[in-house]
Amino acid sequence: MEHAPSVQPGLTASGDGRNRDWYIDQFFRLLMFVCGISAIVFVLGIFIFVFKEGAGFIVHQLEWAEFFLSPKWRPTSAIHATYGTLAMVAGTAAVTLIAMAVALPFSFGAAIFIAEFAQGKTREWLKVTIELLAAIPSVVWGFIGLMIINPLIIELFDVPIGLNVLNAGLILGLMAAPIITSIAEDALKAVPDTYREAAEALGATRWQVIYQVVLPAAKNGLLSAALLGVGRAFGETMAVLMASGHALVIPGSVFDSIRALTATIAAELGETPVGSDHYQALFAIGIFLFSITFFINMIADLVVRGIRNQ
Amino acid sequence: MKRQNRVLLLAVATWAVSHPLGATVMIQNKGSDTLVNVAQSLAEAYRQVQPEVAIAVTGGGSGTGIAAMINGTVHIANASRVIEEKESRMAAKNGVHPRELIIGYDALGVFVHKNNPLAEISLAQLARMYGDGADIKQWPQLGVQVPGCQKQKIILLSRQNNSGTYEYFREAVLKKNDFLLGTHDMHGSKDVVDLVSKTPCAIGYSGMAYASKTTRMLPIKRDAHTPAVAPTVSSAVDKSYPISRPLFMYTNGEPSGAIKAYLDWVISPAGQCLVGKKGYAPVRAVHCPP
Repeated sequence: MEHAPSVQPGLTASGDGRNRDWYIDQFFRLLMFVCGISAIVFVLGIFIFVFKEGAGFIVHQLEWAEFFLSPKWRPTSAIHATYGTLAMVAGTAAVTLIAMAVALPFSFGAAIFIAEFAQGKTREWLKVTIELLAAIPSVVWGFIGLMIINPLIIELFDVPIGLNVLNAGLILGLMAAPIITSIAEDALKAVPDTYREAAEALGATRWQVIYQVVLPAAKNGLLSAALLGVGRAFGETMAVLMASGHALVIPGSVFDSIRALTATIAAELGETPVGSDHYQALFAIGIFLFSITFFINMIADLVVRGIRNQ
Repeated sequence: MKRQNRVLLLAVATWAVSHPLGATVMIQNKGSDTLVNVAQSLAEAYRQVQPEVAIAVTGGGSGTGIAAMINGTVHIANASRVIEEKESRMAAKNGVHPRELIIGYDALGVFVHKNNPLAEISLAQLARMYGDGADIKQWPQLGVQVPGCQKQKIILLSRQNNSGTYEYFREAVLKKNDFLLGTHDMHGSKDVVDLVSKTPCAIGYSGMAYASKTTRMLPIKRDAHTPAVAPTVSSAVDKSYPISRPLFMYTNGEPSGAIKAYLDWVISPAGQCLVGKKGYAPVRAVHCPP
């Protein structure tokens, strides 16, 4: 603004395009700046909102030992309300573990094929198809879990109910796979071709090149791909709500039903009176979840930075 | 140009929804989510009877509806429970005199898979399956072998812990005891019945309105001495069925004018047939056109 002329000629002098351009320039500079920082503003805003809603409960009501060590989540009990999250944490962890066991071999295999073997059309088609997989809404995945995988598990494994850790883990694995694949593929592409050429010049086979040269060189990128996949699986809500059985159990096998942290918030928040203990306890779970995914994403980010600096 | 037209259309549509054409009287109706569907169809059908009266129906829960009635923001509050003492005191303080009208009954059905041979169940047995410290875990403990049910394990289906149905089941069956941990907490009345229909081991509770061909509703014994009663409209009306609850509409004082006309229509045969069509029991036996 300090460059603005003391007389405003913009409206009268039609030939004076320079000043108008300058204003337009400044306007777009400001607009770009706002767009640039908007992500930070939103994240901070969400952070503050979630903490504000849950803070009262954490300060006055929360019994830490009960919150983390008791499986009893009975916020509306007529006898004595309890707010234990142990069963949900165990359930979420079990599902994430199965999801990674499903997703990692598939997505790393796919990433290696796309980055190292596939050529031309095949490669393009594969990339598009995998991205399409990422575009399937989570409620549709939940539907698949409920209607297709549930009877399949009952039939195949002879168990009483098919909504369990295995079902939710399979679904989440398939949901996390596209993200892991595309980040892992980027990591493999980032390995300079000179590495491959040098290895081949020494007489290494394709497999030896990949296994002994490319994969070790890309290991940070692959690790961060896996961690982002974990974050995705941990934070997923709708599909888990539908496929996990939504039962407060500390799972002893993959055929036990569980209840996820995210699903609990989704199922209960809508009908809980605003400001009640139950409402605030749900926000306390939100804070807990937020901290975990924040932590996972931060580690992934640091690992990626690690590769860039190499 | 096209975009402008669309914006204009949207504005007109919004206006039309908020000001139903020709309506001169507006009745605000809010409350129980159990009742929201039936209240909506009653309101829609009433438009055919009295085009100049528009009824706006919203949900939010029995408590929300009663609170709004006490604050004077709605004319009629829907509730799936009786007004609480605390609420009556609040109403008296605001000079509001709640008057209740039973518009129908909601019988909670206990659903099992259609192949489940169990003939009946008692409230005490249900409490020993669903309550904290439950000891009935297997179907043979109730004297039956369920075909297609692996390990004969009972799979308990329940509702999320703040639904009115969950609360009513806890009060009427568990006598306010806590639920057992590890029930499958479904998110809707229909979800419970859907999952029961696909799971031979399962048992679940839901409104009678959700009965389906792939599930059975068990007749229920109040105690050891009384015979089991099947959930039907007539057993809900004469209260011989042990888990059925009245559904209310509350007004401030004796209703008059358009509100009285509407409530009279709700309990008339035309309104009650609609209540029955939505799966609830009418307040008295009515003959309805098929």
